[in-house]
Amino acid sequence: MLLIISLLVENKPGALMRITGLLSARAYNIESLTVARTLDPELSRMTIVVDVDSTLRQQVIKQMNKLVNVLQAVDLTESPAVRREMVLVRVRTAQETRTAVLKEAEIFGARVVDSSTEGFALEATGDPEKLDEFVDVMRSYGEIETTRSGVVAVSLEAKKLRLQPPVLTEAR
Amino acid sequence: MSNLTTGAKMLLECLAREGVDCFFGYPGGVTLPLYDAIYDHHIRHVLVRHEENACFAAEGYARSTGKVGVCCATSGPGATNLVTGLVDAMMDSIPIVALTGQVTSKLIGSDAFQEADTFGITRSCTKHNYLVKRLEDLPQVVHEAFYIAASGRPGPVLVDIPKDVFQAQGHYVPVTSIHLPGYKVFTEGHAGQIRRAAQVMLEAERPFIYAGGGIIAGNASAELRELAEIADAPVVTTLMGLGGLPSNHPNFVSMPGMHGSYAANMGMTHCDVLIALGVRFDDRVTGRLAAFAPHAKVIHVDIDPAEIGKNRAADIPIVGDVKRVLAKLTQTLTELRGAGLQACEGPPGPSAASLLACPSPSHQAWWSQIHAWQAEHPLVPVTSDSEIKPQHLMMEIDRLSAGEAIVCSDVGQHQMWAAQLIRFNGPRLWINSGGLGAMGFGLPSAIGAQFARPDKLVFALVGDGGFQMSIPELSTIASHGLPIKIVVMNNGYLGMVRQWQELFYNNRMSSVELDCFPDAEKLAGAYGFKGRTIDKPWELASALEEAVREPGPYLLNVKVSPYENVYPMVPAGGAIDEMVLAPPQPVAVPK
Repeated sequence: MLLIISLLVENKPGALMRITGLLSARAYNIESLTVARTLDPELSRMTIVVDVDSTLRQQVIKQMNKLVNVLQAVDLTESPAVRREMVLVRVRTAQETRTAVLKEAEIFGARVVDSSTEGFALEATGDPEKLDEFVDVMRSYGEIETTRSGVVAVSLEAKKLRLQPPVLTEAR
Repeated sequence: MSNLTTGAKMLLECLAREGVDCFFGYPGGVTLPLYDAIYDHHIRHVLVRHEENACFAAEGYARSTGKVGVCCATSGPGATNLVTGLVDAMMDSIPIVALTGQVTSKLIGSDAFQEADTFGITRSCTKHNYLVKRLEDLPQVVHEAFYIAASGRPGPVLVDIPKDVFQAQGHYVPVTSIHLPGYKVFTEGHAGQIRRAAQVMLEAERPFIYAGGGIIAGNASAELRELAEIADAPVVTTLMGLGGLPSNHPNFVSMPGMHGSYAANMGMTHCDVLIALGVRFDDRVTGRLAAFAPHAKVIHVDIDPAEIGKNRAADIPIVGDVKRVLAKLTQTLTELRGAGLQACEGPPGPSAASLLACPSPSHQAWWSQIHAWQAEHPLVPVTSDSEIKPQHLMMEIDRLSAGEAIVCSDVGQHQMWAAQLIRFNGPRLWINSGGLGAMGFGLPSAIGAQFARPDKLVFALVGDGGFQMSIPELSTIASHGLPIKIVVMNNGYLGMVRQWQELFYNNRMSSVELDCFPDAEKLAGAYGFKGRTIDKPWELASALEEAVREPGPYLLNVKVSPYENVYPMVPAGGAIDEMVLAPPQPVAVPK
């Protein structure tokens, strides 16, 4: 099943490799992955959508939490969370269908980010299923090209991070 | 500018502060600045003959002492040769710090001479790894590496250091604290869970303790012993946990699993409460998981939360340091039992605690059942008048060791016979590659163990296959005059593979015969120490005694009967109570 994992990760070289390596070592296929800095520039937020056998969900989260660079990994698949994805669509359209394209875009809440005689570039956000529909509709108007961001998610539950205090080297 | 120093010297200063007295390695182009600094440093560097063996030796050091073992290799081939040892340490949770040289920072990524992506390659075979790009990060990284290696569930940590960082000059600032916000170490077990566990143990009619490598890593032998006595429970220790409870302790049964004893596996299968301590329910222990301990409530104590529920769901999971959890568990049990005793003296009641407080008939019945299983199919050493049986060899080593010697085993049949038949009075005496099963481990790990414990009698117990993977290290042994007793159990085959070919592949012996073995006396002689080959059972005792008496190294090549198989045996994929106990019985084909 598709598992949505949200990770808070130290912004360090190799951190991404450790996380993806953990998944590839078990031959799991990553559907999407997004990473960006958080308010704290030393930390990154990562959202991964990955196809994992449902019995192994907890194991994957536990293994991720074991990584030294991972502050927290949580399973957002079924917990209260907002999930959003963005798509950029270039659609090539004839003069006579331009207005129709714009109307459809409006229905999906998409914005025009570029317009030329050839057609439009549109930007839409929403949950992945809605974007699938949007892409399907646009395809009916002509040749299209798309780039999707992958899912970003934010949990709606306040969870306190369990962090380790610094360890004094003399104390060891 | 008086305390200006180089990266190489800083590294050695950090090692000294971590209490490193010796480490194992092999120099090369990019570690030249480090080896120049080693030249006049008090930390002892042991030159091995292959980097893989440096890692195995560091493991032998760590396994025999509990301290962090250190190994060192150059970039490229040096670093890649460490990989097997790192995976081995990862599988068995052994604290290792591996130092590797890397090509100069500017050349990284240019396919420079002896360049390899060590950081990338070792990502999955270490607990954590580092590539140090700036001299000012070096001390912090080295201390972090030692902390991560030794704390929590121990494991290997690799630090990759480019040549220019060794050469760079800077001011050494001692590291005072380590801050790893994402590194979680769980120590205290949950008090409520411990209480629940104690309650379940009190109510148990057929309790059974399944103790593993976590007991050794967590230095929890004394606590295990106390718990076993208070709970009146039989104990099995896994291949990694041997010595966790002294072999002569009345509660000790034996090793469970694929080559475990009948009593151990039957006990596991029929217990009603399984107390799993520092174990990971490895497939070699559990056999077919669905049939493993089917009637048992499982109490699982482990420091690594990812082990809980990984293979077998736990009824009472306790995440924590097994030493502390056991101390608390024993205390709680005693308290509950005290309450039960009072209940016993008062009006008779069916309260759970009183069941255990009074001499428990259910426990007595359980113990007689265990003893009956032991008597039914004991681990009897086979002997013969005409040839040396492998089991006979193990019994002779056991006699000379009397539970006190360090035995570093290689991988295969001899490892299993040794685990079945040699006694260990304490932890850190039985050293073997358990999880990875890396051949070539026995001899180099004995080097590490002998350096760490010069006071101890150390056996390198190896097969003729594994020994031939380690022959270069005879040179290291000779050069340091290490009094290691190398005992080769020589059956002329890769015995364990041959056993499987015989049982499951119609006895088609494909590429398993080791038909050429060097003359032990000449081989040892070539390195300047004594060696001997024996093949008569009546020579065995005196030959081993002679080896042990010899003040220096000794190579004893023991030719044993070639077709002996290890029993009992649970065929792969079988349930552990469906053991094959002896050769003539038919064997199921594994799935």
